[in-house]
Amino acid sequence: MQKTCEHCCTKIDSLTVRFGDNTILDNVNLHVNCGEIIGVVGPNGAGKTTLLRTILGEIPYQGKIIFRISGHESKKPKIGYVPQKLQFDLSSPISVTDLVASAISQHPVWMGINKELPEKVKSVLSLFSAEHLLERRVGELSGGELQRVLLAIAMTPEPGLLLLDEPASGIDVRGLSLFYQIVDDLRKKHDIAVILVTHDLAGVSSYVDRLILLNRSVIAEGDPKEVLSNEKLVKTFGSSLWNISCLPNLMSSESGKNGDH
Amino acid sequence: MKNALLATLLVTPLFALLGTMVVNNRMVFFTDVLGHSALTGIAIGVLLGFRDPTLSMIVLAVALAVGVNILKNITKTPIDTVLGVFMAFIVALGIVILSRQGGFVKYTSYLIGDILAVTPQQIAWFFVLAAVVLMYWYAAGNAMLLTSVNPSLARSRMVNTFLIETSFTVLLALVVIVSIRLVGILIINSLLVLPAAASRNLARNMHAYTAWAVVISILSGVTGLVVSYYWGTASGATIVLFAAGCYCVTALLGRWRK
Repeated sequence: MQKTCEHCCTKIDSLTVRFGDNTILDNVNLHVNCGEIIGVVGPNGAGKTTLLRTILGEIPYQGKIIFRISGHESKKPKIGYVPQKLQFDLSSPISVTDLVASAISQHPVWMGINKELPEKVKSVLSLFSAEHLLERRVGELSGGELQRVLLAIAMTPEPGLLLLDEPASGIDVRGLSLFYQIVDDLRKKHDIAVILVTHDLAGVSSYVDRLILLNRSVIAEGDPKEVLSNEKLVKTFGSSLWNISCLPNLMSSESGKNGDH
Repeated sequence: MKNALLATLLVTPLFALLGTMVVNNRMVFFTDVLGHSALTGIAIGVLLGFRDPTLSMIVLAVALAVGVNILKNITKTPIDTVLGVFMAFIVALGIVILSRQGGFVKYTSYLIGDILAVTPQQIAWFFVLAAVVLMYWYAAGNAMLLTSVNPSLARSRMVNTFLIETSFTVLLALVVIVSIRLVGILIINSLLVLPAAASRNLARNMHAYTAWAVVISILSGVTGLVVSYYWGTASGATIVLFAAGCYCVTALLGRWRK
């Protein structure tokens, strides 16, 4: 496991989320240290996205979510969030500069971009190999390009905790590998804690320190290899997931990094 | 005519600004319902014995705006279904009340509007509204854009999305209701939607989107007003015809550029 500075962490204690009579998350316990990537896997409807939205403070819950930054408890920590997809009309006239500037600057983008802003936006995007996308419309980006732009936004200013929701969906194998590599570099360089929700079991296993199998509650947790060979995983996902049977092979080979489905 | 021109110059850019977000947020049906709620607003005003039903129209439209916003966050029924049901109810209720003893004809002026009958007091209202919308756009423009792209992303950037969505819809309700006498219930939505829709055919970023929408809105507004004066037609509808013309031209231009 990655060695951490031990001064910041996110601790989730007995987290329960209910929508009416439905229990979406039941007594979830999770501890993420800085510099650590936690992969959260589970079938559809397992509560993965709800977990992220609860950490973001969007959903009422029972239990405790404690953020500790530099040794002190923080009520409103800076959380970087990369959504699975954008819910807007793809034909909207929103450029990448508009999107990034609206998130990182106070200057209203509809009034036009002032002189300093393009340089600022460019410098943010350049860290994620996305500076050439400035003038493109957001709706025209490929899945991988969009994820890198969203990651650039999430990392500005640098957050204590980074939440990634299904980055594998809509990205080709090469784009996904680049994305994981960037996230891996980030946590090493900036000591950021990362929670990564994914369906991409094989691809993610090379990058995460711990894997959590979630199905309303935590079914299994630990080293990716141990969790992936756990029979509960096969039971939870069922035989519908094509790469279950390939997992041991994928994990033992370098090419396993790039698995996609 | 001077007052009508002044009112047009104030109202059209206002509608263009609001329209850009209405179209981006896919709220076109909602603003249609908002416009139609004016009928019931008038009816309630009549029942309560108000000489000027503007207050009851505003109260109902604002309540509708806030109610729909709350409902959107809690119901699993698609919001356009909820709006469809609500519009049918509210329009029917308004017509039933207003048509008692064959009295509906008194209120037909609300349906098509009359911009030439604008009063200096109404112009003062538009001036205040224009200033408020401009300040709001300056302060909350980025937050609105982020919210429209992804509410969770906006919340992770410390945007209070409920406040943003609610304040925007309330502002929209106010502008629509105050303008309804001028433009008319039947076509007020077109005036909101057409300049923004036309601008989308040309623009590739938010600045161009806003600028083109304002230009198209003012241009169709002034041309429509002048032409309606000479043709002796309803100003609101004539303005909308010119805006629709702009939409067709920009759609062709947009295709040609591709």
